[in-house]
Amino acid sequence: MVITANAGRLADLVDADLLKGVTSEKLEAAVPAQYQDPQNRWFAITKRGRVLYASRDRIAADKTLTYEALADAEWKGRICTRPFTHSYMIDLISSMIANHGEAWTETWLNGVKANLARKPQGNDRAQIKGVAQGECDIAIGNTYYYGIMLSDPEQRPAAEAVRPVFPNQDGRGAHMNITGAGVTKHAKHTANGIKLIEFLTSPRAQEIYAAQNFEFPVVAGVATAPVIAVFGEFKEDGINVADVAAQRRAAAQMVDRAGLSS
Amino acid sequence: MTLDVTAPAADRRGHDRSYLVIGLVAVLATGLLALPVGALIWFASRVEPGIWPHLYDTVLGNYVVTTGLLALGVGVGVTLIGVGAAWLVAAYEFPLRRTLEWALMMPLAAPSYIVAFVYTDLLDYAGPVQSSLRTVFGWRNGADYSFPEIRSLPGAIIIITLVLYPYVYLLTRTAFLAQSRGAVEAARMQGLSARAAFWRVAMPMARPAIVVGVALALMETLNEYGTVDYFAVPVFSTGIFHVWINMGSLEGASGLALMLVGAVAVLLLLERRARADRRFADPRATRAAPARQQLPTGRAIGATLLCALPVFLGFLLPFTLLISSSWHRFDTLFSGDLARALLNSLELATLAALIVTLLSLWLAYAGRLSQAPLLRLGTRLASMGYAIPGSVLAIGILAPFAAFDNALDAMLRETFGISSGLLFSGTLFALLFGCTVRFLALGFGATEAGFERVPRSLDDAARLLGSGPMDLIRRVHWPLLRASSLTAALLVFVDTL
Repeated sequence: MVITANAGRLADLVDADLLKGVTSEKLEAAVPAQYQDPQNRWFAITKRGRVLYASRDRIAADKTLTYEALADAEWKGRICTRPFTHSYMIDLISSMIANHGEAWTETWLNGVKANLARKPQGNDRAQIKGVAQGECDIAIGNTYYYGIMLSDPEQRPAAEAVRPVFPNQDGRGAHMNITGAGVTKHAKHTANGIKLIEFLTSPRAQEIYAAQNFEFPVVAGVATAPVIAVFGEFKEDGINVADVAAQRRAAAQMVDRAGLSS
Repeated sequence: MTLDVTAPAADRRGHDRSYLVIGLVAVLATGLLALPVGALIWFASRVEPGIWPHLYDTVLGNYVVTTGLLALGVGVGVTLIGVGAAWLVAAYEFPLRRTLEWALMMPLAAPSYIVAFVYTDLLDYAGPVQSSLRTVFGWRNGADYSFPEIRSLPGAIIIITLVLYPYVYLLTRTAFLAQSRGAVEAARMQGLSARAAFWRVAMPMARPAIVVGVALALMETLNEYGTVDYFAVPVFSTGIFHVWINMGSLEGASGLALMLVGAVAVLLLLERRARADRRFADPRATRAAPARQQLPTGRAIGATLLCALPVFLGFLLPFTLLISSSWHRFDTLFSGDLARALLNSLELATLAALIVTLLSLWLAYAGRLSQAPLLRLGTRLASMGYAIPGSVLAIGILAPFAAFDNALDAMLRETFGISSGLLFSGTLFALLFGCTVRFLALGFGATEAGFERVPRSLDDAARLLGSGPMDLIRRVHWPLLRASSLTAALLVFVDTL
């Protein structure tokens, strides 16, 4: 079987026809429809959000933020992000294409480019540090980095300088990505493979998993670790992650056209 | 003196046979090693329509220019530092020379991206240097002052140069030391200054070694991924991954990789043509240590500082910072997993160094014995592996091997009902093969440069005296090549690690 991070990689496996559809009532019941392949070739075992980190000093606590608004003039010179060629950014752009279409997203992307505080560089944590250091006011980053930074004494001050904000809470919800598992086409022990995925999505395994990697359980009703609980309740974009992954090539080429490839 | 007329004839038949065997094995080996390039061509030929027009319209020009500038910058940098330091330690006596002589190789021990991480932490906006400057001068933020951006093309050139100059240093130093004292001394006696003797005698004679060193450094630069990715510098190697992973086009990525390989091929070809009619061997070369000129105090200290600077910037500073930031996690160093990983790495590096060195010796020797065009083409092609980014190379290797494994497995199941599994693609074999393809250029370059310093008159003399080809390499070449082969093995070992 295969376990891999990112819906895009799972989509690659599907495209290469390497996974088989499996039937499992337990998986159907446990994993929300948006986090499993429509033809049951993979199921999510954990999920994460790509959210915004706002400066506690310079952005009001009640300010509502959306991905769409990142292209607005009010954020000129205030946004930090890792390079747009990184798969997390490609996925975010893919979700914008899936929601708004290519033409709209291209205008948006150029707007975001115009608002960047600095050349896109480093990883997600470097963006949070950028906000903490005053280079920018908003950073784009995955949720688990915040947990990692909070639990490391050296990085904690930077994490405390920002407020994690789930965007689009009044609309479609925050962009999510997953780690998923599937059974390979030529697997000899399909039944055991399914059992393992069923175990990984059981409440007990979900609790352990989420506590280890600072991610969110995909299964509803599982107790979350204290570090993750600080995020509170939030609304997730209901689009199937497979539909987002399908837009990756369009997103990658858009990045090239916008002159954001590095 | 009596002449035995029968023995030489029988000998010659034996010799002919060994020539043939040496040549055949060499052609076979290069053919096998050229396999990944063949796989890339196959992939690239199946590219989806739309990928190339897109790349051509958007990023290709930028990739070409940026990659070219990066290569140019690193090429100039490694030549200046590598040749300069090699000449200083080979020709002059100054304080700490013996220590610096080997310390100058140390930067090779660190992958460039690690050094890049360290310098970024040190020099970027949040780092201690800029933070202190802000505190001292009361600047509030980036708008109040300007500081060179480390994450940039010049930053990448500097970091990569600091890590790769030892290639040039190592090979050039070996060449300088192998030059006879006589040549430079004769030049001095003709009234040339030390500087003129360097430019007009020592440098031209060391040219093959310098060129090989620079070529290796450039190939490494072209396939370098960590630093350029971290610094967000758009070059071919990062573009290859962008097209492969983000656009999902292995075919387009193979095409980009081939362009890179093609560029390297053209460069090497031009260089070969430029020195085709020259020979760099010195028949009077002795292995005696050269007489080093004692420098006056001021200039001696200058030489010490000049040689110490690259060691400090490329090794001492980054390693000190690395250790200081990781000392409280040293306990993880001795955990079982890491110890096993270390042992595996050492084993792989030793095997790869051994295989590459022996194969290089074989191929370079075959190339010396025979001018067969097929062999020449094969060795050139096989040395291109160094310019291909590692993971692209892995695909080029796994694809043909997996196809072979699957076919063999299917056949064995069909006829004997047994399964061979993934005989080549699923074992250490594929990994060692990959390392061999990747690092053959290193071993071959160093060995070939060594061969070029052995005058052909020695070969002729040995053969006139009845030596066969195996005899020739064992008794004449090997003693003269030991240093070059050791350099080759060392380079491969360090690079595999």
